[in-house]
Amino acid sequence: MKFSYLKSTIGKKQVMAVAGLLLAGFVLTHMLGNMLLFVGADMYNLYSYKLISNPLIYLAEAGLVAFFLSHIVMGIVLSIRNKSSRQKSYAVAASGEKKASWSSRFMIHQGMVIAVFVVLHLLTFKFADKQQTTVDGVVMDDLHQLVVDVFQSPVYVIGYVIAVGLLAFHLSHGVHSALSTLGFYSEEKKSKIECLSAIYGWVVGLGFMSQPIYVYLFY
Amino acid sequence: MAEKTISLKLKVWRQKDAKSEGGFEDYSLDSVSTDMSFLEMMDVLNDKLILEGKEPVNFDHDCREGICGMCSMVINGNPHGPQTATTTCQLHMRKFKDGDTIYIEPFRATAFPVVKDLVVDRSSFDRIQQAGGYISVNTGAAQDANAIPVPKPDADEAFEAATCIGCGACVASCKNASAMLFVSAKVSQYALLPQGQPERKDRAKKMLAKMEEEGFGACSNTGSCSAACPKEISLSTIARMNREIFK
Repeated sequence: MKFSYLKSTIGKKQVMAVAGLLLAGFVLTHMLGNMLLFVGADMYNLYSYKLISNPLIYLAEAGLVAFFLSHIVMGIVLSIRNKSSRQKSYAVAASGEKKASWSSRFMIHQGMVIAVFVVLHLLTFKFADKQQTTVDGVVMDDLHQLVVDVFQSPVYVIGYVIAVGLLAFHLSHGVHSALSTLGFYSEEKKSKIECLSAIYGWVVGLGFMSQPIYVYLFY
Repeated sequence: MAEKTISLKLKVWRQKDAKSEGGFEDYSLDSVSTDMSFLEMMDVLNDKLILEGKEPVNFDHDCREGICGMCSMVINGNPHGPQTATTTCQLHMRKFKDGDTIYIEPFRATAFPVVKDLVVDRSSFDRIQQAGGYISVNTGAAQDANAIPVPKPDADEAFEAATCIGCGACVASCKNASAMLFVSAKVSQYALLPQGQPERKDRAKKMLAKMEEEGFGACSNTGSCSAACPKEISLSTIARMNREIFK
């Protein structure tokens, strides 16, 4: 019975936790950057231009792909194993204090929706044809116009709000679960960690939600 | 004061043996005293079944004092029933209402195969314990306890972890049928005490590897294990186990 870190469930979960926390950091910065939508079209486009014209963006994107893939692969591998650990489910679901939170019970399902959303999101905004605009004499993609055009569709706005809502639930459990998996958890810090995790998830989720709703209502 | 009684509809899992399919059977029970424990109610049901010439329901039990960890059962979806910090034997019928329908199922996990009816084989826990849940003690007279200083907080935490009775409710409640709370309680108990240090480096790794070999799932930190635990073992033991892997 030889122990292998990466073959063990704890090893896989710790890889998933590190990747998950880095992705959590990414979505927060992404949400904050997108808040420039409220400042104005030029500022939003300039931010986007500065970001994609930086040569380090390729390294950052490669890192993001690696984090996404390792998080998703470990999540799927662990979920398959977990599914086989109980072949027959209970006739009645747990209730009261013995019932786990909704977000913690459906992490893989939230993750699957978020993964599909990320692909659609990239196709819609990153890989779509964009008009050009000039800011301070520099020609750049008019990402702001694309965002405004896309968010005129109520179907897209509703879909976006649902997806980032699921992201909020995913982060609410995911952040404190990742910290526990990495060993940062104690009975004294329990309520603080869980509370901060929920706040983190909903700050990111509500921040993202505010953007399409603002565009839909005010453009 | 007159004794209060209730009538119940029971849906009890019946399974002939490990290979049989199994299913729920309906029973009615009248005049159940609310002072009875859940297991006493099951005894009354079995007396009734025996008088009717039917086979009684098989279920595990031993001390009936909440300390041996033998009783199990998932009652209306909750391991050991709706009350927290309680074993099935310490659950009383006053927690139920007249006319209630109660679903009674075995602990369900691949690593806890059903032996018969509500009895499951929890020997996988013994094998995990044998893989690393021990300390080396030399023969001869025990030295004075005070010769080995143990800080009070460490002693308290080790004691809390050691209150695990190995009932398996953590596995039964976990959506992944993970045994992490059980294993981490055993790992914590030894990791915090001087006597546990000689095997500390390998203990968590060996017990985790055995847990996985037995077919238990991974931990998702949902907290349902700790909520179902009759001894209220803390999730912080799982965090410690996650750290112990690097010792």
